[in-house]
Amino acid sequence: MLGQGEEFNQSLEKAGRVADFLELAELMCRDALERNESCGGHFREEYQTPEGEALRNDAEYSDVAAWEFQGAGKAPALHKEPLQFEYVLPAQRSYK
Amino acid sequence: MNLTLHVWRQKNSSDPGRMVRYEATGVSEHMSFLEMLDVVNEGLIAKGEEPIAFDHDCREGICGMCGFMIDGVAHGPRRGTTICQLHMRYFKDGDELYLEPWRARAFPVIKDLVVDRGAFDRIIAAGGYVSVRTGSAPEANSIPIPKERAELAMDAAACIGCGACVAMCPNGSAALFTGAKIAHLGRLPQGEPERDRRAIAMAVQMTKEGFGHCTNIGECEAVCPKQIKVDVIARLHRDYLHAALTGR
Repeated sequence: MLGQGEEFNQSLEKAGRVADFLELAELMCRDALERNESCGGHFREEYQTPEGEALRNDAEYSDVAAWEFQGAGKAPALHKEPLQFEYVLPAQRSYK
Repeated sequence: MNLTLHVWRQKNSSDPGRMVRYEATGVSEHMSFLEMLDVVNEGLIAKGEEPIAFDHDCREGICGMCGFMIDGVAHGPRRGTTICQLHMRYFKDGDELYLEPWRARAFPVIKDLVVDRGAFDRIIAAGGYVSVRTGSAPEANSIPIPKERAELAMDAAACIGCGACVAMCPNGSAALFTGAKIAHLGRLPQGEPERDRRAIAMAVQMTKEGFGHCTNIGECEAVCPKQIKVDVIARLHRDYLHAALTGR
């Protein structure tokens, strides 16, 4: 990356964006590892039905995972926000 | 095809700057102009040289970020398009092009082809808005607007604020830009109550920023990527005169 930080520097801007993308990718992997079930677009090989469909675990994972930044180089902190379904209830689906 | 580019390089606002010659080789006619510049920049970065800085965002002719002169014409040789909409099929092997930033006192050069267009933002902040009490949005069709007026307002609203008009004007006037906003808002009932105040405030800000005055040359209309007509400048002057004479 060329140029200085004290001046208008588009290379620095682009490098910053790449750094952001990498950070986000790492967070998404961490989040996927934390969710020990398969659910919708999130599929874990080790959590599947005999037909190969997503094996849900709504008892333990009916929540939204919000990750809080703890500082550079530190692991983010997880905050779970529970979900309540009243009329349309989660159920096992088959996409066959 | 291969092209020779002479590009204005300027390290920062206090650097005198100069034209530098670059060879763009292996350019495909399917590339857009900015894509070609990206490829030239990749070559520079590989050699450890600072890439050419230029503004861009949407790369589809609607955001108003991109813009520089190609052979002295803002946004290049095609009418009614921005630079990002220009493709290399309009050039041929061996062409030699001169790329320069927008030149106007009110647009100081930040670096290479990037200029500071904050002056435009300050003109809009001075009056390019309508003041309405918001809360829940009212039903849009509750105010009938004649179709002809809506059409003219939309034509003026098409302005993307790129600054090509200023760059091409020998006087460096922002009349087309300011006129477009005044025409757009002034033609609609929501903009009517503040027409006078708006005209004075925006025209005064325009002069404060260091833009020149309109002498009916018309380069602005010729090069506007949204093909806005100089009629909007007549509207600017009419509203300003009305406001000045009625003492608002």
